[in-house]
Amino acid sequence: MFDIFYNENFLAFIFIMLKIIGLVVPLLVIVAFLTYAERKVIASVQLRKGPNVVGPFGLLQPLADGLKLFSKETIFPTVSNKIVFLLAPMVAFSLSIAAWAVIPIADGWVISNINVGILYLFAISSLSVYGIIMAGWASNSKYAFMGALRSAAQMVSYEVSIGLVIVTVLVCVGSLNLSDIVHAQKSVWYIFPLFPMFIVFFISALAETNRAPFDLPEDESSLVGGYFTEYSSMLFAMFFLGEYAAMIMMSGMATILFLGGWLPPFDIAILNQIPGFIWFAGKTSLMLFTFLWVRATFPRFRYDQLMRIGWKVFLPFSLLWVVLTSGFLIIFDLLPSSV
Amino acid sequence: MISVFFYLFSFIAVFSAVMVITVKNPVHSVFFLILTFFNATGLFVLMGAEFLAMLLLVVYVGAVAVLFLFVIMMLNIDFSSLRAGMIKNAPVGLLIGVILLGEIIFSFIGMKYGIAGIPGNELFVQLSEVENTRALGKVIYTDYIYLFQCAGLILLVAMIGAIVLTHRRRENVKKQDAVKQTLRSKSDSIEVSKVEIGKGV
Amino acid sequence: MGKIFRSFWFIILGELVSGMFLTLKYMFKKPVTINYPYEKGKLSPRFRGEHALRRYPNGEERCIACKLCEAVCPALAITIESEPRDDDSRRTTRYDIDMTKCIYCGLCEEACPVDAIVQGPNYEFAKESREELFYDKEKLLENGDRWESVLSNNIQKDKQFR
Repeated sequence: MFDIFYNENFLAFIFIMLKIIGLVVPLLVIVAFLTYAERKVIASVQLRKGPNVVGPFGLLQPLADGLKLFSKETIFPTVSNKIVFLLAPMVAFSLSIAAWAVIPIADGWVISNINVGILYLFAISSLSVYGIIMAGWASNSKYAFMGALRSAAQMVSYEVSIGLVIVTVLVCVGSLNLSDIVHAQKSVWYIFPLFPMFIVFFISALAETNRAPFDLPEDESSLVGGYFTEYSSMLFAMFFLGEYAAMIMMSGMATILFLGGWLPPFDIAILNQIPGFIWFAGKTSLMLFTFLWVRATFPRFRYDQLMRIGWKVFLPFSLLWVVLTSGFLIIFDLLPSSV
Repeated sequence: MISVFFYLFSFIAVFSAVMVITVKNPVHSVFFLILTFFNATGLFVLMGAEFLAMLLLVVYVGAVAVLFLFVIMMLNIDFSSLRAGMIKNAPVGLLIGVILLGEIIFSFIGMKYGIAGIPGNELFVQLSEVENTRALGKVIYTDYIYLFQCAGLILLVAMIGAIVLTHRRRENVKKQDAVKQTLRSKSDSIEVSKVEIGKGV
Repeated sequence: MGKIFRSFWFIILGELVSGMFLTLKYMFKKPVTINYPYEKGKLSPRFRGEHALRRYPNGEERCIACKLCEAVCPALAITIESEPRDDDSRRTTRYDIDMTKCIYCGLCEEACPVDAIVQGPNYEFAKESREELFYDKEKLLENGDRWESVLSNNIQKDKQFR
């Protein structure tokens, strides 16, 4: 009966569990400090100081925020659908964490190196709409519902252009495996030949993660708090963490697709000495900074303009680029050789 | 170990499929539908068909079910009145179910005993040799390219048809032209003119 | 030319990029924040903060109960009662200001012929209850005593403009 604890599978299981913990715990810490970084970046753009009271340079602010949220009361609106209401933040949070199972942080540093990694990421990011839509519906409040509807329409529309951007990269790589995608960028990062697609991807990622200037689902000035209007305490915190984890996930995805993942910018010995995960972390932080930078710069889009950009500009444009890229690859015989 | 997951996924899939047609609240039934899709994805992964699994997740769960949910939440249909004819329609539904089951059994027998003429048999062999994404691509884009294109055209026609049916041109509607707005310059819109006193512009 | 350049600028998202670089430039500027409880901004001598009732240097209170401030107060925050004192001078027996009503317009200060009621530079008098904000004569005189040097200095500075 207890033999199961001593066999090889069990040890492998323990090892995988340790890997997962080793990824998720730093991830959550990074998510917490991302909120701090966001406040600092936006503050310095607006010539303010940002959090600077709790701890040295205000570094303990995210912990204080977390403690505050933790000690608050969880309020269930009387007319809400309790089970779905409770389920929604869990879905939102766990999905944004689950995406990290396939992201290679360095060469071979990946929990599950599956063949369809990029599709898995795409699927997870398209699923994250459920947390929001469930929250909006279960809250039984007009603001939450409006937020959820906006978010659903927005995320479904921008997934289309993200999908086409991914197709463009995949045509150049010839594999759906994330590690293969990074290895294919050994000579040149895809940001250089596919720069317009990178811009399309970045803007779509902003819309997909409901970030400013496309944060209409949580538009304070018209929808109070959007889909999480009715949420409080830890349930709210889970939405919050989920949103920021999704941001990191999208930055990681951009790093892998366009910025050469863990590869150094030049293939020379000194740069190769630096461990891959540092390159990966650096590039991801750069992307994250751009997320915050954009938020500090641009005002919120109007909803119809958001939809117009998604369907009338990005969709035709990225479709055109898919055709152009594949045509270019075929003419110059650069198509990746099939295995 | 795999068999444990197989039974887990299939049990939840069957259970939630039953819940889809039995729960009172239509929104809940869509949620159960999503759960069914999810577990079907799990089953696909267990079979080693990871490409199909992810496509199921992206297309059905990520897009189609969202639209279902959207429509059901927005329309507020009275589902109890739709449910009224259930007993009357049950035999037809049952018949369709039996036919589908028969087809599945038939193709399984075909796969297992290699009966000639049943398509999919050769695919079964290919799958074990190459990555299934590649195998699927080969089958769709070489052997069945015309059928695939045909299916694409049918969907395109359906899409255009839907647009044509619902689109109506309204008179006297002011529309924003973003490109025109952005390209407008100061010289296009402002004119400084000297106005003589008492003359007007 | 202009049209072509503008189209080009539009296609490369020129406005957006230049906006981004503007905010990036501002990111490295020095913050204008004052660390409030530790640092405070400079106040004008005319600053209208907490009220105070002043005294003459010999300790006699200035207020002669003319009730001009009570009359001019647009928020009806001031209540004054008076009767002649033993030495036959008019003095107040009651001088209340309801600080929750006060709108800090400074009209009482303008109206006062003897510079008795003034608004001082103190703005940090938040209290935990409403009752504490109903100032009576005693409290106002105490404020006057506490801030006298600052108050007379401010009045001196502002004199040339009146």
